[in-house]
Amino acid sequence: MAEPLLSAAHIDKSFLDNKVLDDVSMDLLPGEVHALLGENGAGKSTLIKILTGAYTHDSGTILLEGRPVHPRDTKHAQEMGVGTVYQEVNLLPNMTVAENLYIGRQPRRFGLVDSRKMERDAHQLLARYQLDIDVGAQLDTYSVAVQQIIAIARAVDISGKVLILDEPTASLDQHEVDVLFAILGRLKADGMAIVFITHFLDQVYEIADRVTVLRNGKRVGSHPIQDLDRMELVKMMLGQALEHDEAMRIGKARQAGELYASFRNYALSGKAAPFDLDLHKGEIVGVAGLLGSGRTEMARLLFGIDRPDSGELTVAGQKARLREPRDAVALGFAFAPEDRKIDGILGDLTVRENIMIALQARQGWTRPLSQKAQVEMADHFVKALDIRTTGIEQPVKFLSGGNQQKVVLARWLATNPRLLILDEPTRGIDVGAHAEIIRMINALCDQGMSLFVISSELDEIVAYSSRVLVLRDRAISGELRGAEITQGAIMEMIAAQHEVQPL
Amino acid sequence: MTRPMRSLVKPQFVALALILLLNWILFPGFFSFFVRDGRIYGSLIDVLNRGAPVAILAIGMTAVIATRGIDLSVGAVMAIAGAVAATMVGDGTPLFIVLMAALGVGLLCGLWNGTLVAVLGLQPIIATLILMVAGRGIAQTITEGFIVTFNDPGLIFLGSGAMLGLPTPIIIMATLAVLATAVFRLTALGLFVQSIGVNESASTYAGLRSRALLIGVYAFAGFCAATSGIIAAADIRGADANNVGLWLELDAILAVVIGGTSLMGGRFSIPMSVVGALIIQAMNTGILVSGFPPEFNLLVKAALIIVILVVQSPLAGRIWYFVAPSRERPPDDRPSRTTATSAEGGPK
Amino acid sequence: MNARYWPLVATITIFVVAYALAVMQFPALFSTRVLGNLLTDNAFLGVTAVGMTFVILSGGIDLSVGSVIAFSGVLVAVLVSQLGLHPLPAFAITLLICTCFGGTMGAMIYYLEVPAFIVTLAGMFLARGVTFLLTQDSIPIDHAFYDWVRQFYYVMPGGGRITFNGGLMLLVFLVGIIVAHRTRFGSYVYAMGGNAQSAALLGVPVARTTIGIYAMSSFLAGLSGIVYSLYTSSGYPLAAVGVELETIAAVVIGGTLLSGGVGFMFGTLIGISIQGMIQTYIVFDGTLSSWWTKIVIGGLLFGFIVMQRVIIAASRRDWRTKPHPEPAPSG
Repeated sequence: MAEPLLSAAHIDKSFLDNKVLDDVSMDLLPGEVHALLGENGAGKSTLIKILTGAYTHDSGTILLEGRPVHPRDTKHAQEMGVGTVYQEVNLLPNMTVAENLYIGRQPRRFGLVDSRKMERDAHQLLARYQLDIDVGAQLDTYSVAVQQIIAIARAVDISGKVLILDEPTASLDQHEVDVLFAILGRLKADGMAIVFITHFLDQVYEIADRVTVLRNGKRVGSHPIQDLDRMELVKMMLGQALEHDEAMRIGKARQAGELYASFRNYALSGKAAPFDLDLHKGEIVGVAGLLGSGRTEMARLLFGIDRPDSGELTVAGQKARLREPRDAVALGFAFAPEDRKIDGILGDLTVRENIMIALQARQGWTRPLSQKAQVEMADHFVKALDIRTTGIEQPVKFLSGGNQQKVVLARWLATNPRLLILDEPTRGIDVGAHAEIIRMINALCDQGMSLFVISSELDEIVAYSSRVLVLRDRAISGELRGAEITQGAIMEMIAAQHEVQPL
Repeated sequence: MTRPMRSLVKPQFVALALILLLNWILFPGFFSFFVRDGRIYGSLIDVLNRGAPVAILAIGMTAVIATRGIDLSVGAVMAIAGAVAATMVGDGTPLFIVLMAALGVGLLCGLWNGTLVAVLGLQPIIATLILMVAGRGIAQTITEGFIVTFNDPGLIFLGSGAMLGLPTPIIIMATLAVLATAVFRLTALGLFVQSIGVNESASTYAGLRSRALLIGVYAFAGFCAATSGIIAAADIRGADANNVGLWLELDAILAVVIGGTSLMGGRFSIPMSVVGALIIQAMNTGILVSGFPPEFNLLVKAALIIVILVVQSPLAGRIWYFVAPSRERPPDDRPSRTTATSAEGGPK
Repeated sequence: MNARYWPLVATITIFVVAYALAVMQFPALFSTRVLGNLLTDNAFLGVTAVGMTFVILSGGIDLSVGSVIAFSGVLVAVLVSQLGLHPLPAFAITLLICTCFGGTMGAMIYYLEVPAFIVTLAGMFLARGVTFLLTQDSIPIDHAFYDWVRQFYYVMPGGGRITFNGGLMLLVFLVGIIVAHRTRFGSYVYAMGGNAQSAALLGVPVARTTIGIYAMSSFLAGLSGIVYSLYTSSGYPLAAVGVELETIAAVVIGGTLLSGGVGFMFGTLIGISIQGMIQTYIVFDGTLSSWWTKIVIGGLLFGFIVMQRVIIAASRRDWRTKPHPEPAPSG
């Protein structure tokens, strides 16, 4: 085995009290494509940011060609040889291709930028990538795929040792992916080490030599790809089956109630393939699928955040339309989004205000809830959900992640919803709060609520779901009911090979 | 809202008291007042009276800034409303209709701004810049380029008359401040406005009508600006489209910032913004009575902005965090608009 | 054609069509005299607008330029008329102070992470306030050097004169065009306006560039104050009130995106010319009043802002339908 080009050993990183990387190690060999896998929050992006100098690690060592390095910032890391290309290409859409390739190091003549030489150089540089384009044209006149190649060309030109690709294929079609992989193959042959982050398993098997899987900030393992079948890989990413499965599995024993909401032929191009979905009272529909499978997109459609291109909705026997979330709230829907900070909490407002806002919004501004009612409501939910706060007047931004999630749940429970949509309700929260939230999900269902729960924690889904939908490539690829619901079955469906390529 | 007693020792009140005290030292007759013809006269009354137009602008501006917006056009809207009032009253239109028309034009201007912000999605500073540039020209087409003077006693009364012994502008300012505060605090409107300023996307998800609210808030700012414009015109008994309200939008923004409402939106206080406006006016008056040129207070305002900026800046926050680590600080404040939009609208 | 050239093309078209219509009504407008006067009368505006173009291209705004013009004019007047300094060292001192002033604003914007508009608002108050500390009256400048400078002009065919001021403005525009399009600094400005975060990731020195941009804007505003003092032979503390709005309008009408990253220095020159032409037309007409300038400018401003919005929306929509040069796959 060759000497590692870059090696990160025993990296720890915490944000305040939240440990996001715990003793993570990873080696990169020259001439390999190394896939870095894991669900959201697994610590992939934090590790990448440490390797590229955007964050500093708390402890551990990074060796580049055997020498310890301490990248100060991205620029420093680039100069040492570690270049990165992000999913949303971090180039400048308003500038020319040549300028994007050479900004900050443009060739100069008599103090002025020598555009002609720059464009000639750019043309030559891109020729190595079989890209023959007008380098004087503005970057955003080209497709994302071409931009991606330009970004890679720039990173390789500046850094030349390690190339980190953060979900480079997320918005590419199959042909574009092939082109990209051909390029990676050549760079590999030139002896570069390539880190490749993706959530498309097919691509991992197509291009990667080795895989490192992270989960919850810890390294699950690093293996040569040929030693790992799909099933094992999915298992590594989603976690091992818990043995106390059977005891916890109360979901499938549940009898679903009458039909509540029925979505027919719902679709939004590029986000969700047409789907039919029936939601019953007293039922928990679990939704499983890897990142990028269209889980969140579906939830946004159900709650009226995005408007579907086509489709019909019937709620409690009545035709209904969702133009904005407000309409969904009026129908008795509720939605706790995945990204609490951006879409959930109102950070500067108090716990009380965060809890009462949805109910108040439904009542309208002219009928304010009395101070007494607000305090009672807030006190009730703080107690019922065990929200740890110094008081209901504490700004919610000071609460821990789990307690913020409970506040968002309380906000919706206060509206007494009939359909509760939860996107990753237990992400990033501690073990205690985790169990409480699962208990609550079960309790709400027993009260006759209809729940639609997205989660990457399979044991969790298995525990509470009456039915499980498995999503892949922005479509429902299968459904499991009753006794069929096991982690193994879900993982098999997720890992199944594609028969046809979507799009 | 629960308001504990500590609100009485807010730095704004201390600052106002200090400035008034300074004025008194410079001008010993500052606090004296006398009553003539059932009307109170005195420097203190003067501060309130002169401060009224900016205070009224600041009332509307507070709501706009609470939504994380800004309205640069209020000075120009003042000019338009003043021009409408002066021209119509000169044509012999009944005062009630004149006032309705002037206020209505202000509302319309606000609706225009609000539509640009909420529907077209322009940045507030850019959206309101358009009316800031064009507004005075519009006012001048109304007055046909003249300073339209009038002597309708009813309209003049709004600028220099007196009610209950106090100049009318003070009464209008106080009424508007009390009414606006009441509407925002006694209904859920205040909470909704804050909520949009704190996190627009989460507010929409919670079922708020963010667009309608935004438009309403800019319309309200336009209404306040029109009120202020009518008073300013009534005060000089004429509409001077070129100079009325010139740079007052900046004073109004400053008043709101002094009042403690952050330019990043969220928590707001209308009464404190009024106090902010009075602080600015008390400084103006102090500089006048002490014999400095009135323009000198530009320097004082600049110094004020710089101090507030430095104190409120993230840099100062970080330094404060190091000095007093026991204070709670969130790891990451509210999401910025850019992250919020990039999370939703990435190229797909 | 690339959608981003639309604003510039629109600007030039508007200018040409409007000028042609104006000439059809008043044939006397078609002369180099009118052109010469247009350059001279708008010289100080043009010089300021070059700086403002950089500021707006970078995604910022500078509200202080009007006050800095007044400050510079008054300081020169005080140094020359009251302290008896020769104008040249007076210019140097003034420009130095203005540059430092702008640099400080840039540093505050970068390090305090506050919006440019509020920092430059403080700058606007500060500069105007200091100006009033220097004097409250107009100070006449009566110096042989001023008379000497004024005798430089170039007579165009047709009798129009390019005065020293008009020529200086054209020179500043020329330098501005070179700096914007032919230097690394210029590319940094565009990069920051395109996407400040990406720019930083690509290694653009954001701190240095921010400071440089505002220093340059204030330097040019200072130069504009000197031009203004040559134009009026005096320094007046109430001069150039509202010039910041006129320059911002000229830049936007010149086709520069108010949110930054897209635009051309040459467009700003056309933007200035459109404003100047409207004023000239109103003078020729004699019955129209000057307020129409503001309304027309406001209308143009609205039109351009909406056009830019539409262009951005359109370019987002074609993400997938972009021309798609296919790299030849090979292995």
